[in-house]
Amino acid sequence: MKKVLSLVLLVALMGTLFTGCKKDDQVVLNVYNWGDYIDEDIFDIFEEETGIKVNYETYATNEEMYTKIKKGGTQYDIAIPSDYMIEKMIKEDLVEPIDLTKIPNYANIDTRFKNLAFDPNNAYSVPYFWGTVGIIYNTNIITEPVDSWNVLWDEKYAGQFTMVDSQRDSIMVALKKLGYSMNTKSVAELEAARDVLIEQKPNVLAYVGDNVKDMLISEETAMAVVWSGEASTVIQEYDNFEYALPKEGSNIWFDNVVIPKGAKNIDAAHQFVDFLCRGDIGFKNADYVGYATCNTETMKLLDPALMGTTYAYPDDALLENFEIFSDPGDFITEYDRVWTELKAK
Amino acid sequence: MIKKLSSGPYLFWIAMFVVIPILMVFGFSMITTNSDGSWQITFSNFTRAFDPIYIAVLARSLKIAVEATLICFFIGYPMAMILAKMNVRFRTFAVMMFVVPMWMNFLLRTYAWMTILGKNGVLNGILSFLGLPQVQFLYSEGAVLLGMVYNFLPFMVLPIYTVLTKMDQSLIEAAEDLGGNKKIVFLKVIFPLSVPGILSGVSMVFMPAVSTFVISNLLYGGQYMLIGNLIEQQFLVINDWNFGSAVAMILMLLILVSMAIMNRVGGDNPEERGVNLW
Repeated sequence: MKKVLSLVLLVALMGTLFTGCKKDDQVVLNVYNWGDYIDEDIFDIFEEETGIKVNYETYATNEEMYTKIKKGGTQYDIAIPSDYMIEKMIKEDLVEPIDLTKIPNYANIDTRFKNLAFDPNNAYSVPYFWGTVGIIYNTNIITEPVDSWNVLWDEKYAGQFTMVDSQRDSIMVALKKLGYSMNTKSVAELEAARDVLIEQKPNVLAYVGDNVKDMLISEETAMAVVWSGEASTVIQEYDNFEYALPKEGSNIWFDNVVIPKGAKNIDAAHQFVDFLCRGDIGFKNADYVGYATCNTETMKLLDPALMGTTYAYPDDALLENFEIFSDPGDFITEYDRVWTELKAK
Repeated sequence: MIKKLSSGPYLFWIAMFVVIPILMVFGFSMITTNSDGSWQITFSNFTRAFDPIYIAVLARSLKIAVEATLICFFIGYPMAMILAKMNVRFRTFAVMMFVVPMWMNFLLRTYAWMTILGKNGVLNGILSFLGLPQVQFLYSEGAVLLGMVYNFLPFMVLPIYTVLTKMDQSLIEAAEDLGGNKKIVFLKVIFPLSVPGILSGVSMVFMPAVSTFVISNLLYGGQYMLIGNLIEQQFLVINDWNFGSAVAMILMLLILVSMAIMNRVGGDNPEERGVNLW
């Protein structure tokens, strides 16, 4: 018993060792964001203006971020999840309410992007970037115009395109092709989607993640399902690429800034959210990241040539059948089953 | 007393980083959580793992891991023998050359293979220079095997090499004096004495090969799921830690069983068994 006690004491002692050396004189804001999704220079500007230092950490997927915050023990003051994840986090009480009166620059946010279904009154989140999922293709190789998901089932392009190695995004493509909602909760529709994905599989070059840009540039693949920001990066550097928004519809997504539960510096976090909503800071980020900003002041600073492009600021008419992902709750296990069946075949 | 005290830190280490984590994984695998946050003890995670689709994933992983281990063995054993027979001065250098690539990040080395095997990669460049048609090397089972063999080969060579160099030379001389030819000496003396090294090498290759998810993601192009990918997906995408833990436990059990079988095969004398090495 004594041994156990001393062990417990030892662990407790070690705990105090680490907390003891933290300085209290400066507020440190813990920002948790997607990798490569902010211009890190703005942290210096923020520190200069407010005296608040930023401690920056990154994640690769919404789920990774969610798992870390859900399991507790973290002290992130800022996180930037996507739509369906915000919905889930609100449901599970993992985010702090945001006091919009403390964020005067919230007025800069385009009203089109306020009060969306996943956070009806923006009580918990403030828009950051938005974008779509579509098809990027190399016009030197794919000479016929692309406007539909059906090209990914066309035998003539066998072995020339990649899909996304992500369950919901790839299943979304199949659901939309079949004319179903990408938020379906029907097992029959999901299985129909699985069947067309299995039919497509022999023709898929690979299911890929972050390396898709390199694959496009090195002509490893001629066509790929990508997020609009990736398309924007490639197209702005190479003339021989186009980005198509499929007419059957696709995913339109939003990444909003939230304050996770467990945040220690709520006031500083509000200051930082307001800072992000400033036109000039938004411009620095938009310029660096390449995704579409939700900020009207930032849009005024951007290159006018970007307006109306499919990959950055498409016409509303093109987005007619587009949907936002919603949190499927426990039904996610059905998506997982269907995806595993596809990958096990 | 001193002996007892000095073992304290190790016991602490084993408790903190081996026993407690395994118990936690086991604990997770034995419960299911409901959407309202309540949980109950159940075997359902394990029964679910025996669904044909998961069995298919497991079978494919085992098949590829066994293949990779066999290839590593057939390349690695002669390699270790060549190294062990080298002049001592060159030997150190040669072993070092063998280990140097491992100083580089594992991911980088795997990415390098992507540029070598790619459609416009180095290999296809050579092929087209020779006037031969392009070949789709990447995103195939062969590419995954290559990636595994390349990454894990040193783990096979080094233990065998160590056993071979430490072998009592007088035994070999005795065998030769008694009239054994090279083949007999190898089959009757050298090979049986090197079994512990082989067992150690086999387990050090087989274990990472059966559980990897990075190599299959990159070189298989996500076409097929291996058991490592399945576990990763449960933890990072689905957030079903319970099922993920159950699959991880099954994988651990499988490795344990295969190691036990290998030890049986590895000889009756406990000193000849791999136990001493790992």
